[in-house]
Order: sequence, then structure tokens, then C-alpha cells
Amino acid sequence: MSFLDELGQYLGSANNREQIVDTLAEHCYLALLPLVLGIVLAIAIGWLGRAWPRARGVILVLANLVYTIPSLALFVVIPSLIGTKMLDSINVVVALTLYTAALLVRPVLDALDAVPPAVIASATAMGYRPARRFLTVELPLAVPVLAAGVRVASVSNISLVSVGALIGVGGLGVLFTDGFQREYFSPIVVGIVLTLLLALVVDLLLVLLRRLLTPWDRTPAPVKTEVAA
Amino acid sequence: MIGEIVDWFTSSANWQGADGVPTRVLQHLGYVLLALVLASVIAVPIGLYVGHTGRGGVLLVGSGNVIRALPTLGLVTFLFLLFTDSDVAAIIGLVVLAIPPILAGTYAGLQAVDRAVVDAAEGMGMRGGQRLWQIEVPIALPLVLGGVRNAVLQLVATAAVAAYVGLGGLGRYLLDGLAILDYGEVAAGAILTALLAIVLDIVLATIQRALVPRGVRLAEAGTKKEVEA
Repeated sequence: MSFLDELGQYLGSANNREQIVDTLAEHCYLALLPLVLGIVLAIAIGWLGRAWPRARGVILVLANLVYTIPSLALFVVIPSLIGTKMLDSINVVVALTLYTAALLVRPVLDALDAVPPAVIASATAMGYRPARRFLTVELPLAVPVLAAGVRVASVSNISLVSVGALIGVGGLGVLFTDGFQREYFSPIVVGIVLTLLLALVVDLLLVLLRRLLTPWDRTPAPVKTEVAA
Repeated sequence: MIGEIVDWFTSSANWQGADGVPTRVLQHLGYVLLALVLASVIAVPIGLYVGHTGRGGVLLVGSGNVIRALPTLGLVTFLFLLFTDSDVAAIIGLVVLAIPPILAGTYAGLQAVDRAVVDAAEGMGMRGGQRLWQIEVPIALPLVLGGVRNAVLQLVATAAVAAYVGLGGLGRYLLDGLAILDYGEVAAGAILTALLAIVLDIVLATIQRALVPRGVRLAEAGTKKEVEA
């Protein structure tokens, strides 16, 4: 039987199709919720690093350390660290949130550093208090640098979720363990293709989101030259 | 929890034989080094060629991103069904995943070389090969090594995941411990895997710093002083 026949048979079963849709939905949840939480966490840590420059060194070393921990090692110790059950999806969410935040802390700090001091001074002079200035002036200006980091984190999350299948919660990763146990190529290939497609679609959405969030970057070129002149 | 970990580490049975800590650490290290050498042999020449000639850069970055999104567990289980041998499947999977970071580092390193320096070398009558080996490669080395560091982190993590298809190494403690719900063993495995990653990263970071050519280091110190002054 050729692989295509096997694949046709696999996809022909309503049960399998249902499993694919379910695991895909779970995969989206397990990859994207930590992405959002990780961004928020990284911004909070970045704000801390700006407000308290002496903490910066420690923050960057810690972020580097977290990012160094191998995925499976982090996944298996999270339950005993935060007291959850082994099969709880929270474990994967917490682990990936940590990775996302660790990856984004440096870009957040770099991006905030790159905000021109004159802009911050103008906002202060206009009567912006620090919290509002941070959220409505500094953060939006940091988006372009931050966006690049978020795209890397999203691809990395989407590919890492499947490792969670080894601790019982893994979105599309369940198709890999399933295919391995039944010595069956179709679920594995379907899982790989869907993971790649999901990463691609989310990446395109992020590019779109970045364009929406930074309308000033789309200013037509002639206007820019006028300003320069 | 802490007690279980201490018990595990202090039990002499866990330090001897085929399943002992020294054997497992060396196995893990062996997979990582073998895959690193194979991946470097493939990725460094391609990165040098693309970076030196400037041809195929877009293709290189694009294909690197696709491989980055590839789920490690999916790749390893797929290769295992294909080759029905856990060592062969795991090593091929490790090599595939280690290539993009090395390729990206090599390419980025050559791209970052100041054009004026390359022009000066050309003006002094250096040929393409001389320019590449005597000018571009030494200046690019720190970034190339940065790519190698990323690859090693990826390899330590993936080798642990590959224990799922029967590979030895530290991943055995994680998965075998999970299978019999021995959390002391799981936590010990996680600690050892994370430690291995951190130690390798520190070693490579030290080599990376030592490899910066003296001229480049002096030039950097010079610009820093100027900025400060």
C-alpha cells in the first residue's frame, strides 16, 4: 500500500478527522496563550528593568538561564514546582510562558532603550504620568523591535508544544506519539504539516498585526523626505 | 521532593553501569558532539559560500525558518518509522535541527563584516580565497560561534526528546522516571540535562570571547572609549 493510500484511508475516518481538529485546536491554545502571557510578562519585566537599572544584569542572566533549560526537562519539573497534576495543560502553558518571556526580555529592553529621549521628554512635558507614558508612548514605539522577537517566539512555541505529548498534553504532538505507537506514518505526517502551516499562518497574522499597530511606519516615502528636508 | 532528589543522587546504584550518571552524561554529550560536527560540516561551507558571494541569502533565511518550525518530536518519530533504528533516526533528526542556527550564524557573521574592510583587502590585492580566510572568517568567527551555541542548546534539548524513540542519554531518566512515576529520577534527569546545557553554553561562550581577533577587540575598545569620551 502506498503512502498516499494510507493517508487517504487515515483521513477518510471521521474519528481521525475529529482527533486532528481537536488536537489542532488544543495546539493553538497551548502555543498562543503562553505567547500572550509571555509578552505581557516580558513587558512587565522590561518596565522593571527600566525603572530599576541595577536589576538589568540579573534579569538578563536569569532570562538567558531559563532559555538554556531543555524543553523536556522544564516540562517534567513544572508540576512539582507549582504543585499541579502531571496531565494538567497548565504545565505546558507555564513552561512556554517562561520561554517566551525569557526570549523577549532582551528585545523589550533594547526596544525601550531605543525610544528617543526627546520623545519621552515631550510626553512628560505634555503632562503624561510615567505609567500612561509607558503604555501609550514608549511601548507603541517599541513595537517594531518587539515584533521581530514575538515572531521568533511564536514559531518556537508552536514547534515546542508537541514535546508536551510526552507528559500527556501536546496538541498535535499526540499525533506523533500515536503514530509512533501504531507504527503509522499518516498521523505523524499530518501533524508535521499542520504544525508548519500553523506556524506560517500565525507568522503572517503577526506581520499584519505589526502593520496595524505601527501606522507611522507606513507613512508614504515622499512625506518622509519633506520632513527630512 | 527535595528528599527524593537527594536520595536519587546519593544512591550509588545510580552512578554505576549502563544506566549510571557518568554513562548517560557521556552518551548525551556524544550524540550532541557527533550531530554538531556533522551539522557544521554541512552548514559552515554553505553559510560561507552564501555569505561570501551574497548569492541565495533569501533562500537560506527562508528554509532556515521552515526548519525552525519543524516539531522535534514529529521529526524524530517520523525518522524512526523510516529507519527503524533509534540511533540513526535520532542522529539524522539532530543534524537537521542543528543546521539552521549554524547556517544563520555563519551567514550573519559574513554579512556583518564591514564592506570597507573587504574593499581595503581587495585594494591590497588579496584574492577571493585570501579575503575570505584572512579577513572575513576571523571577523565573522564570534557570530559563527554564536550560531554554534544556539545549535548546541537545541541539540541537548532534542537529544532528550529523542529518548522517546529509544535513544540513550539523559532523556532516559526523564521518560523512564515518568513511566514508573519515580519523580526523584525525573527531577534528577531534568537537573542533569539542564546542567549539561548550561555548562556547554558557558564553555562555548568562553571560547567565543577568546576567538574575537585581537584587532577587532582593540577596534571595539577604541570606539567604546570614543563614545564614552
